[in-house]
Amino acid sequence: MSKRKTPGLNTQSTADIAFLLLCYFLMTSTMDQQSGLQRRLPPMPDKDQKTEDTKVNKRNIIIVKINSADRLFAGDQLMDVSQLKDKIKEFLTNPANDPNLPERENKFIEGFGEYPVSKGVISLQNDRGTSYQAYIAVQNELVKAVNEIRDDFSRAQYGKVFANLNEDQQKIVKEAIPQNISEAEPKDVTKK
Amino acid sequence: MPELGTSSDIVFMFLFFFMVTSQLRSNEVKVKVKLPEATEVVKLERKDLSSYINIGSPTAQYQAQFGTDARIQLNDSFKTVDDIRDFIAAEREAMSEADRQLMTVSIKADQDVRMGIITDVKQELRRCSALKIMYAANKAAAK
Repeated sequence: MSKRKTPGLNTQSTADIAFLLLCYFLMTSTMDQQSGLQRRLPPMPDKDQKTEDTKVNKRNIIIVKINSADRLFAGDQLMDVSQLKDKIKEFLTNPANDPNLPERENKFIEGFGEYPVSKGVISLQNDRGTSYQAYIAVQNELVKAVNEIRDDFSRAQYGKVFANLNEDQQKIVKEAIPQNISEAEPKDVTKK
Repeated sequence: MPELGTSSDIVFMFLFFFMVTSQLRSNEVKVKVKLPEATEVVKLERKDLSSYINIGSPTAQYQAQFGTDARIQLNDSFKTVDDIRDFIAAEREAMSEADRQLMTVSIKADQDVRMGIITDVKQELRRCSALKIMYAANKAAAK
């Protein structure tokens, strides 16, 4: 039997098919990166539990308030959002050991040793009429302040910025400079 | 006629690139959401473990029915704050035991929304103990 030549497969249409598939995926997919500010909400207090006033020493707390007209108060001072970062940095680092600014407590950090950790807490309060944009702008400044302090610390200790440290080092830095932002209980909800 | 044998390969490469880098559009957004901008944003790590709550005023085609006030959209429909509990429960149910701890609720709110509705949502999330949240925001160019 004479061997017949196998006919060449017609492959001209594969490109069209692939194009169609490509178009389908282009239409149905999104490529936008999801990003945002990550937060952890405090757990809801039990109903039966007495609301114990965990008295935080007054010097350890800074109240950041945004009113319904998106005006910002930080520690009873009216200020612009651009000034907030430096105020928070000063509050958290307390470079001059001011008795009105938060105290530091020596804490043992695994893998690092003793470090005076600031006990400062930022309490963020807002009105129901505050715009979301202003709220995020303030949140962003608070995170930025903490991030800058962490960067300074990382540079002093490891000679690198925080983002370039390895996981263990980041953990140490996070422990040395905690991000204590408390989003206060809304006033009108607790008053039930 | 010149041969065009490689063009299908190239197109296939394109196709694979898009298949790998993209995720399917989850659902139709019925509220207008223009995310606020922030410089210190972090990436959402596990997209499969996150649920989305959209908050904003309804888009033009729904305004006749739902008005222009800020509304909450869960999955595909307009809901109220009270429905969040069921929504979170359903989302939790769909996850494996180990992943439930890592669930993140991403709040996608329009930048012009008032904080009142967001505070309500936050309180409801606390009641359902869905404590890991994320305020969705676009990365702004650092000044």
